[in-house]
Amino acid sequence: MIIRFMERAPVSEFFIDLQQHTFLQYALLTGFLASIACGVIGSYVVTRRITYIAGGIAHSVLAGLGAARYCQVVFHWGWFHPLYGAVMAALVSALIIGLVSIYAREREDTVIGAVWAIGMAIGILFIYKTPGYNENLMSYLFGNILMVSADDLWLIAGLDSLIIVIGVLFYNQLLAVCFDEEFARLRGIRVEFYYLLLLCLTALTVVLLVSVVGIVLVIALMTLPVAVAGVFAKRLWQMMVFSAVFTVMFTTAGLAFSYGPDIPAGATTIVIAGMAYLLTFIVHRIITKSRS
Amino acid sequence: METPVIEFENVTFSYDGLPVLRDVSLMVEDRDFLAVVGPNAGGKTTILKLMLGLLKPRSGTVRVLGNSPESARKHIGYMPQYTSLDMMFPVNVLDVVLMGRLGENKLGFFRKRDRDIARDSLQMVEMSGFDDRPFSDLSGGQRQRVLIARALASNPEILLLDEPTSNIDVAVETGLFEILHELNQSKTIVLVTHDLGFVSSFVKHVACVNRRVIVHPTSEITGELINDIYGTDVHMVRHDHSVHGKGPCV
Repeated sequence: MIIRFMERAPVSEFFIDLQQHTFLQYALLTGFLASIACGVIGSYVVTRRITYIAGGIAHSVLAGLGAARYCQVVFHWGWFHPLYGAVMAALVSALIIGLVSIYAREREDTVIGAVWAIGMAIGILFIYKTPGYNENLMSYLFGNILMVSADDLWLIAGLDSLIIVIGVLFYNQLLAVCFDEEFARLRGIRVEFYYLLLLCLTALTVVLLVSVVGIVLVIALMTLPVAVAGVFAKRLWQMMVFSAVFTVMFTTAGLAFSYGPDIPAGATTIVIAGMAYLLTFIVHRIITKSRS
Repeated sequence: METPVIEFENVTFSYDGLPVLRDVSLMVEDRDFLAVVGPNAGGKTTILKLMLGLLKPRSGTVRVLGNSPESARKHIGYMPQYTSLDMMFPVNVLDVVLMGRLGENKLGFFRKRDRDIARDSLQMVEMSGFDDRPFSDLSGGQRQRVLIARALASNPEILLLDEPTSNIDVAVETGLFEILHELNQSKTIVLVTHDLGFVSSFVKHVACVNRRVIVHPTSEITGELINDIYGTDVHMVRHDHSVHGKGPCV
């Protein structure tokens, strides 16, 4: 399959067009920026085992995207960019899930499931009531990295730096909270604060990744590169660096391979990440088996 | 009389209406070495968590160093059961021990001094040179010692250890108790153990927990038979009174 793709539309076509088309450059840069935040925060998310929360936040983002688009079209609030709506929805979902799991002693997975589905339902209602074509829905769900504008890119760059700075600045505290929350509490770390901070950072990372691969595919991009990195990494910061590098490779490859044959870039990225994970898993198994 | 290091006064605790501890009073003095023993679900870990202020008594008071457990936390070094930790976690030995230095610096960055103290703590538990080893590569006994080093890194007055002898063989256990005996020269030690009848000769007092608590001095018995079976120095605790509830705990 892949070989036939390459014959018809060589990857080199992507690199030739990359020099001419700014939208391709923006797309490449978006993938690059999102990948760094994804490596840092994804490592926390995987080691703290909260991927299901990341999934819940990702899907609830549809409410923000839908509401912002609705306001743009119906009330002519031009400034209310869907990405702002996404940031708000993601943060609200993160805080609801975090506060409920800390204080209410409710079944956490029930709350996550509720936030997940209610967020999507609200989003669908807004999209349904927004006049005009609803071509947006597919790009929200599965991403459309080629649509990223210069304005989007600035916002993405701002969010990206915020996530990375906070994620790196509080590395020691977040590491302790992820590894042994009880011990961190005994050492005077405000565990609840750092847990909520981690969920908010996860929410912002989710928003970045929605622009790259879309709502439905976010969890895969947050976990698969970290899983591959986990095979090589001995320490958490190594896991962050490795998985950021892998994510850059996957998003770039996804863009390059999807461009020629004109297939969705987000889905291509995830398939590549999945294959890389599977391959690493099998090779690692064989090596550890042959050693023992 | 000196203030006791840890004091329970008529402490009662229950989980969701199920009584776990009933009317417990106990006192741990400076440089005591107390072993908390008893059957599973008898309330041993609950006692440790009350000492740490992670749980609150339903009635009665817990005082540590004359204060509330929360305010005494910085003087306590705590070692949880390593089985409660994620063994896939990407951390090395020094990373783990450095967590014991958290809260010592304002912004949470570690300085050279913190790393030096962490290495000293590793030396105390005879784990020097393991700094860069992944925590997941270690044996059970080595992990226990790394977690003790983490507890020591804040230079605590009190050491609380949850099941330090689980999942390790008798030879390793003997070595561990020698280390604890050395630490006991300057620190008060409380440990929880599932070994019902037998505790090391370094232990000074034994608290038997089964809803109620009875404290004994570790009394020597003629246990040649037991010595033969275990191949190490062991002591047996004999109960002269029966324990309230489900019969004697030993």
